[in-house]
Amino acid sequence: MGMTMAEKILASHSGRESVSPGEYVTAEIDVMMGNDITFADACRNLVDIGLTSFADPDKVVVCNDHRIPAMTARDAELQTRLREYAAQFGVKYFYDAGVGIEHTVLPEKGHAHPGHLIIGADSHTTTYGALAAAATGMGASELAYSMYKGSNWFQVPETINFVLEGDLAAGVSSKDVMLALLGKHTADKAQYMSIEFTGSGAAAMSVEARMTMSNIGVEMGAKFAMFAADDKTIAYLATRTDAKIEHFGPDADAVYVETHHMDCANLEPQVAFPHNPDNVKSISEVGDVPVQQAFIGSCTNSRTEDLERAAVILRGRKVAPGTRLLVIPSSQEVMMNVTKSGVLNDLVQAGAMIAPPGCGPCGGGSTGVLGAGENGIASTNRNFKGRMGSPDAFNHLASPETVAASAIEGKIADPRKYLN
Amino acid sequence: MSISNTIVVDGKVWKFGDDINTDFMAPSFSKGMEWEQAKKTILHIHEGFTEGVAEGDVIVAGANFGCGSSRQQAPANLKMLGIGCVVAESFGRIFFRNAVAIALPVMACPGISEAFNEGDDLQLDFEKSLVKNVTQGTEMQGALMPEDLLKIVRAGGVMAVLKEEAAA
Repeated sequence: MGMTMAEKILASHSGRESVSPGEYVTAEIDVMMGNDITFADACRNLVDIGLTSFADPDKVVVCNDHRIPAMTARDAELQTRLREYAAQFGVKYFYDAGVGIEHTVLPEKGHAHPGHLIIGADSHTTTYGALAAAATGMGASELAYSMYKGSNWFQVPETINFVLEGDLAAGVSSKDVMLALLGKHTADKAQYMSIEFTGSGAAAMSVEARMTMSNIGVEMGAKFAMFAADDKTIAYLATRTDAKIEHFGPDADAVYVETHHMDCANLEPQVAFPHNPDNVKSISEVGDVPVQQAFIGSCTNSRTEDLERAAVILRGRKVAPGTRLLVIPSSQEVMMNVTKSGVLNDLVQAGAMIAPPGCGPCGGGSTGVLGAGENGIASTNRNFKGRMGSPDAFNHLASPETVAASAIEGKIADPRKYLN
Repeated sequence: MSISNTIVVDGKVWKFGDDINTDFMAPSFSKGMEWEQAKKTILHIHEGFTEGVAEGDVIVAGANFGCGSSRQQAPANLKMLGIGCVVAESFGRIFFRNAVAIALPVMACPGISEAFNEGDDLQLDFEKSLVKNVTQGTEMQGALMPEDLLKIVRAGGVMAVLKEEAAA
């Protein structure tokens, strides 16, 4: 019987010919990732019980991204602990404040490969599924255990197949596809499952567009959210790693627990309303919703292509009075790309505030949170009550294009009218 | 609580709905607060909970309990409040895994929401996944936890497992 990508990876990493959904395996892990919220806690857990080494420190990647630049002395001191632990445990791949958000940086620096098994102490670790890696989030103690042992237990998930068909219209992006899927299937549809995105619509997406899909896969409850590795994957990684990257996908006779088809061609821009990512409306059903803050950032939608698409909308226009636009490029590489291309200039001219690469206000950890009674629209992944500032604020989720159009109008707006 | 093979929890029920996310259990706006202040933000979305919760109380919840971020503070905060166990229709997988990792008894039990009112007395035999509503005199069987995971909870969490291994 054929295997899905998740089954293939868990089999190959646990020394088995094959595995089936529901089985428990102990699997070797290729990459383990921690950040400024979780890595120091994980190391302290180990040190507290007298363990002072990792199985293989070169499989550990650490990113300082959530609370940078430090806003409080306490945050700055926590980041000092982070650097000390990284040095103590011999971590070579330590990306300090300013390099970027973990889920942009790991792919950029060539750490995530097709067929890899990756864990990260951050829920959006699913992002690397865009590169055909089985990647999932865990907590700090599980990260500690994994870094010490080099392996951990995994239950083999069932796999759900989303077949994407048709070409997206101008002004509609992979974020809209994922929000539409969340709206239709709700936040626990893929609970404990591996998602595979397949079909002509998946093949047509750029690697960065796929990252957005895999990133929000976790908002559907998914353990992994994967695309097959194709020529685009190989081209993306060609300059980023010396490893030989090959095509990787499910067996032709792989077994899926469910298969759902989605027509992308007739999709409108989508908006998730407070306070859940699956509370989704099409832009034509939105009505008049004023916004005080528009935010383009986060591990979901702040890569080079995202900012380029937002700039197309904003070029030669101005952010509405009474609304503020915050843009946080997700890495140094992205920042350099948009500086060279003139995109950054377009954004600033339109009135955007630019902050240094990092997670920003998305998890409430850094600059740009909402106050009580305010409405926000953001290209992020979660609009939970109280996540991005006050529990009495109202946040909406949308694509970078829709956030840009909303900044121009001071209310939630359809980006397509700015493309003619 | 972790006496070998007999993890039994008995407590007063607080009821929650579907999709209770980890931001509600460990809100970013409580960052840097002292515990006495921070604990009043845990599950702030349930009226009366932050003032009324007492050591030994338990949680009965709907689907997808603990969806969202990977923050281990979510189950850790519940444990620090003295919550004895969480029985839910289903769990967000990272929360479930984190709860096992820090030895907070959690059990998935479809139908549990209907079976309890807030304030009922719940008794859980964790090893047998058997949950009783002492107030109403009913009993339900939840999903059995695999032996390897039970061992982690019995030991007191994954760090306790590592400590035992390192000492052996």
